[in-house]
Amino acid sequence: MKYRLLAAMALIVAPMATTTAASAAEVNVYSYRQGVLVQPLFDAFTKETGVKVNVVFAKKGLIKRLQAEGRNSPADLVFTVDIGRLAAVVNAGLAQPVKTAALEKAVPATYRDAKGLWYGLTLRARLLYTSKDRVSKGAITSYEDLADPKWRGKVCTRKGDHAYNIAMLAAYIGHYGEAKATAWLKGVKANLARKPQGNDRAQVKAIMEGVCDIAVGNHYYMALMLKNDKQKPWAASANLVFPTLAGKGTHMNVSGVMMTKHAPNKANAIKLMEFLTSKKAQGIYANVNNEYPIDPNVKASPLLESWGKFPRDTVSLDTIAKNRSAALKIVNTVGYNNGPVTN
Amino acid sequence: MTGIQASKANARTRGTRRFRPDPWAAGALVITAIVALPVLTVLGAAFFPTENIWPHLWETVLPGYIFSTLELMAGVATGTILIGVSAAWLVTACDFPGRRIFEWALVLPLAMPAYVVAYVYTDILEFAGPVQGLLRDIFGWRTVQDYWFPEIRSLGGAIVVMTMTLYPYVYLLTRSAFLEQSSGVGEAARTLGCSPWAAFRRVSLPMARPSIVVGVALVLMETLNDFGTVDFFAVQTLTTGMFNVWLVMNNTGGGAQIAVVMLVFVIFLLVAERAARRKRGYHDTSTRPRLPVRFELRGGRKALALLVCAVPILIGFVIPAGLLTSYAIEFYDVSLNNRFPQAAFNSILLAALAAAIAVMIGLFLAYAVRLRKSTLLRNLARFASLGYAVPGAVLAIGILFPFGAFDNAVDSFMRGAFGISTGLILSGTIIAILFAYVVRFLALAYGTLEAGLGRVTPHMDDAARTLKHGPAQALIKVNLPIIRGSMMTAGILIFVDCMKELPATLLLRPFNFDTLATYVYQFASDELLEECALGALTIVAAGIIPVILLTRVMGRNRPDQELSVV
Repeated sequence: MKYRLLAAMALIVAPMATTTAASAAEVNVYSYRQGVLVQPLFDAFTKETGVKVNVVFAKKGLIKRLQAEGRNSPADLVFTVDIGRLAAVVNAGLAQPVKTAALEKAVPATYRDAKGLWYGLTLRARLLYTSKDRVSKGAITSYEDLADPKWRGKVCTRKGDHAYNIAMLAAYIGHYGEAKATAWLKGVKANLARKPQGNDRAQVKAIMEGVCDIAVGNHYYMALMLKNDKQKPWAASANLVFPTLAGKGTHMNVSGVMMTKHAPNKANAIKLMEFLTSKKAQGIYANVNNEYPIDPNVKASPLLESWGKFPRDTVSLDTIAKNRSAALKIVNTVGYNNGPVTN
Repeated sequence: MTGIQASKANARTRGTRRFRPDPWAAGALVITAIVALPVLTVLGAAFFPTENIWPHLWETVLPGYIFSTLELMAGVATGTILIGVSAAWLVTACDFPGRRIFEWALVLPLAMPAYVVAYVYTDILEFAGPVQGLLRDIFGWRTVQDYWFPEIRSLGGAIVVMTMTLYPYVYLLTRSAFLEQSSGVGEAARTLGCSPWAAFRRVSLPMARPSIVVGVALVLMETLNDFGTVDFFAVQTLTTGMFNVWLVMNNTGGGAQIAVVMLVFVIFLLVAERAARRKRGYHDTSTRPRLPVRFELRGGRKALALLVCAVPILIGFVIPAGLLTSYAIEFYDVSLNNRFPQAAFNSILLAALAAAIAVMIGLFLAYAVRLRKSTLLRNLARFASLGYAVPGAVLAIGILFPFGAFDNAVDSFMRGAFGISTGLILSGTIIAILFAYVVRFLALAYGTLEAGLGRVTPHMDDAARTLKHGPAQALIKVNLPIIRGSMMTAGILIFVDCMKELPATLLLRPFNFDTLATYVYQFASDELLEECALGALTIVAAGIIPVILLTRVMGRNRPDQELSVV
């Protein structure tokens, strides 16, 4: 009786329990990016090439999965945001170099690995959102200003150990070193209006609510809020500031793609990588998610174009990746996530 | 005494002391070894880290994590005991209007994922929400500086949300214990001059204590590994800390070390639970529970009883479900697409399979422990339950590595011996997800069934054995019919929990595979409550049906029904 039940279960489970290994026309992607963001790109790719794209999406831990699966991993490509995660895959020895003329032509050298271990696909600017009513234009122009005591109780950010903030702090370390970065973060913490919480958009909402006057957030959230009826008033309450770091420019992070060391569908994976850096895909990216195209020859979305040109920070992505773990330690040492309370 | 006789006697005494490999003990050992794999993997990573950041953690954030975790646990334990036990007693021992509805409705919040409830109440109670908006309109306030309002995104908020979604564990187990108590015991207390209240306090409550303790232990373990709610409410617990170290800082050793601190918490819980249960003598010797006399509540007491039962249901279920429904209707077209039915099917199939497997394994373990009365075996079984306290994502990583190693070893062997590559057999399949569910929720099955079996007097087994029934027959013919309710309880708790499970599913699933939870998460992770309302509501609905089933099954134990005791 028990065995019959087990057999029945096995029959149900067996067909579902197949892991697709290499086969004719497909490519397997481990994606840290949500389906809603990347699916239009994959659909366009399949339509153009006939190659099917299989996806596993998770926001955490895919690198560990890749590591555990070892040389039999079905994954061909890792698709992720944040230089930290790109570097983590490289450091774990799970990436393999890819070099093609098309990739190198489309992606500027600053935004790809010298050996071809990863390629940037889009750029994301970390900006300041300031209250239209309470912060006059030009009152705050740099990341350094966030620690200025005159903004005591006025600043909102998401948690300090979120990848976006860690990368920003890592860039700060790149310019000033760890000691000054610690002092700066202490200053920012002292200026917080509340305990760090929520995502970037929630900070802008807090501006509308009058909880704070200045928030830190990625640029594309402005575009997302403007598209959402409920969130439009949040967006309307804030101005965008493209701040400078050490007088250079705005901190930029990347989203990128890389080939895994044991990719079983190498040829198709390269096709997809080249497609993602093509003018067509870059155009889709620019308009669907309002990120800055990696290819300088592709126009950003009309909204982003309307914000104008701005100087970019000069710290290299390699340096940012290297400083990440120091940055996280500083966040812990300062007790950033405890909020403005002294401790 | 002849020499032969002496050596025989000797062998017998030695035999009882030695660990005899009978099928029950051997089976329990094998199961424990397999189920403990993920936890052992985590322990290994903790004690042999590649980069040891323990000193840094200890000096900076860890004490804070531990303290707020303790605060959270204390708050949730208090809340769930208060609500769970008093509601369970009211619906079993008292009579008041709506009692029959409350009986099952009190379980409804169990179907609500805590993080969804957290989203809902943030939506309602935050500055831009309807409540504060109304207050501002009435009193003419304008900004946050003008008035004080409790911050929902806080430790207090987390305690309330978790209490309201987790109290059904205590309620269910306590109620089940009250029902399985022979009414004769309570009646005897009454004839001895006890008031209903005194009979409850002095007889029913102490007899139900093992079940209450199990319930609270389950609640606290869920509290310990909750990530969604505490992360959203920005409460710095061990779980959020561990996620940051492990998956943001990418430091496996440090993450595993925090996980070990959590395991210490769990072991403490398990020890406390065991200590509470040790004071035995709870066996009910009567085989026929009869319908006890419920005593009717009047006036103020009636109103109070109504309040005690209605408020948790309102807060834990009606309000969040209502809001989700209105969103689901409004955003119907956004949320419903062709991937939705498949996701629902996957969820239900996985959850049902996992529940069946976990209950079978849990029953096997609990019965093996009962048969052998071996402390070693009992401790092993408890160790196997540790997976419950490990947050899903960590558990997933603890599964990835041994599975990956197994797959690659088989592959290497097959390549070497036959030139065939078998690739990944377990990793990235639904077997991995099922394994994760079973490991994660085995504690529910084991705890519930151990408590259930604990209420069956061993005399029953002895009687069966004198009738020449083997252990297996005794289990099937004697114990199973009596603990049927406990088995259903365990199965349904696990089913509902699997439907809600997110982090392990996300990480272990095959390509292009969605469950309702992962489907909802796509939107929920961006705080897009409206878009994910339909999916969330489906998880809730899929949870409600078995929950109602559960109370039905348990209610059936109640009437004067012949128990099929041989």
